[in-house]
Amino acid sequence: MSERILEIRNLVVHYETTDGCMQAVNGVDLDIEKGEIVGLVGETGAGKTTTALSILNLIPSPPGRIVSGEILFNGEDILKMSPLDMRALRGEQIAMIFQDPMTALDPVFRVEDQIAEAVRTHDHVSKEQALKVAREKLELVGIPAERGKEYPHQFSGGMKQRVVIAMALACNPSLILADEPTTALDVTIQAQVLDLMRELQKKIQSSMLLITHDLGVVAEICQSAAIMYAGEIVEYGKVEHIFDETAHPYTKGLFSSLPDLTKQTQRLNPIPGLMPDPADLPTGCRFHPRCPYATSRCAAEHPEITEISPGHLVRCHNCKEVSHNE
Amino acid sequence: MSNELLRVEHLKKYFKTPGGTLHAVDDVSFTLEEGKTLGVVGESGCGKSTLGRTVLGLLDATEGNIFFDGQDVLTMSKREKREVRKNMQMIFQDPYSSLNPRHCVLQLISDPLKSYHVYKTKDELMERVFELMDIVGLARRFAFAYPHELDGGRRQRIGVARALALNPRLIVCDEPVSALDVSIQAQVLNLLMDLQEQHTLAYIFVTHDLSVVKHISDAILVMYVGCMVEMCPSDELFEKPYHPYTKGLLSAIPVPSLHNQKQRIIMQGELTSPVDPKPGCRFVNRCPYAKERCHQEMPEYREVEPGHFVACHYCEEINQLSQ
Repeated sequence: MSERILEIRNLVVHYETTDGCMQAVNGVDLDIEKGEIVGLVGETGAGKTTTALSILNLIPSPPGRIVSGEILFNGEDILKMSPLDMRALRGEQIAMIFQDPMTALDPVFRVEDQIAEAVRTHDHVSKEQALKVAREKLELVGIPAERGKEYPHQFSGGMKQRVVIAMALACNPSLILADEPTTALDVTIQAQVLDLMRELQKKIQSSMLLITHDLGVVAEICQSAAIMYAGEIVEYGKVEHIFDETAHPYTKGLFSSLPDLTKQTQRLNPIPGLMPDPADLPTGCRFHPRCPYATSRCAAEHPEITEISPGHLVRCHNCKEVSHNE
Repeated sequence: MSNELLRVEHLKKYFKTPGGTLHAVDDVSFTLEEGKTLGVVGESGCGKSTLGRTVLGLLDATEGNIFFDGQDVLTMSKREKREVRKNMQMIFQDPYSSLNPRHCVLQLISDPLKSYHVYKTKDELMERVFELMDIVGLARRFAFAYPHELDGGRRQRIGVARALALNPRLIVCDEPVSALDVSIQAQVLNLLMDLQEQHTLAYIFVTHDLSVVKHISDAILVMYVGCMVEMCPSDELFEKPYHPYTKGLLSAIPVPSLHNQKQRIIMQGELTSPVDPKPGCRFVNRCPYAKERCHQEMPEYREVEPGHFVACHYCEEINQLSQ
């Protein structure tokens, strides 16, 4: 049994706004094992990014507030840490790769200086040494070290995302949070970046939480996946569970919404309706108004997440019927 | 051919920039029949949006001909053009920035109708707007809502209703679903396909998402840095892509399945600059099959099999076709 690097227990995050209390994350449990890539999948507003920001304790407050829960990183609760300890942890042990490389880099500094800055924040080294580390990291992500002297605008989108990855790797973090790292990129460039991330994973053995809305990306590089809907994890398991033994109606809906390249289909089967408003969540199962399998019990009673086979967790009252009904 | 709706011949669109001439669309030709869909795919900066806009006349073409229903659009007078433009509409990519935030749904949808003075009385106009809202599946209670009150899927439905208002025969869809979530994306795609059937619309569907394009198109045109590299019926493209770029592009799509993961061709490098491009094939620096000739000579765009066009010097050799 491998060790767990991160355990999230019953995380609840609310945003207090003038329109009411937005229940962004409602009781998320998630484990990441050492050396594992976990995919966190969901649509806009499902609470994916909020979950990731909670791990860094970076929820903007106010309006955001972590209401309850604990986040254990190597056994220690991040939410109870002092701001100073937290600061030491961020970047050094847990790093984040942001979605949009165009806005994640400072346009007025050379890229190698930006990476070196991250190094010097955490390690007491001379500027020369920090720059040396920066150039090594650039080489690691496939950018010639000489290009470190250039400014972000001289790089293309894919190259900028490589720089952002190099920056995240600057202090050899043991956990990387990647928030839609390839969404802003073209498919061929996305393939290059995913390939790079897979290589790096082998080389440096760090764990990763990959936030995405693209199930294709999950199939490519993740070992486990969690499907999020309205602030909850509705299905969690190894990718084999999620892709081959899909049990939750929402996950099924996601798959049938995707145009299949291998099959000839005339119509797609989208999930009817819309994501619920986080300020006004439905009673019972959050998905029941859109669910084709919903019963009266689903409207009344909120389902608990249950293990239907070892390592495969599903939050649904009727998941037995759902998984049999192909 | 009687039902040919649009014919584009050797269309070029160049932009003058301080750095040189930007070849956004370089010698593109295709035909589109009534009620059919042409998918235009390529990566950002390949000129696919510029192509869509130039065809509609939102941008002036540098060179080439555009025939809509047999009439040459580019040589028309302004007045004639305006009449033709009624039949050619556009759905924009971003439903967040393409709608005036100060107009309510009713005003937004009636804009095109007012602009062409289609209806004499206000009642007729209102009736048509409500009819359009029904067609695109927008509840009538949203008639006085403003765009910010609606979600992305509903906003895109407003865009669709605006495009449909004047009963066009051709709609250019510029990435109509890429700003939407997958489940909403599927709803809008189904709507577009239903509308096509009911109103015999022809679509030019510009997108970077190959699985969407396969789903909706009859034929697909692949572009790379302003040039067309391959065009054929959509099933054929996915079964036997001939151009090395198409091969790489298809293999780069992440497949949402653990099985049938294909052999991946990772293309090194990135797009060449479209500013004053060098002679020779635009794809040469990323092509695994590139030879000396590819650096010197622009490949001719030719029909290698009936209905299957490719621009590559060594297409037969790479694909082991009998010549």
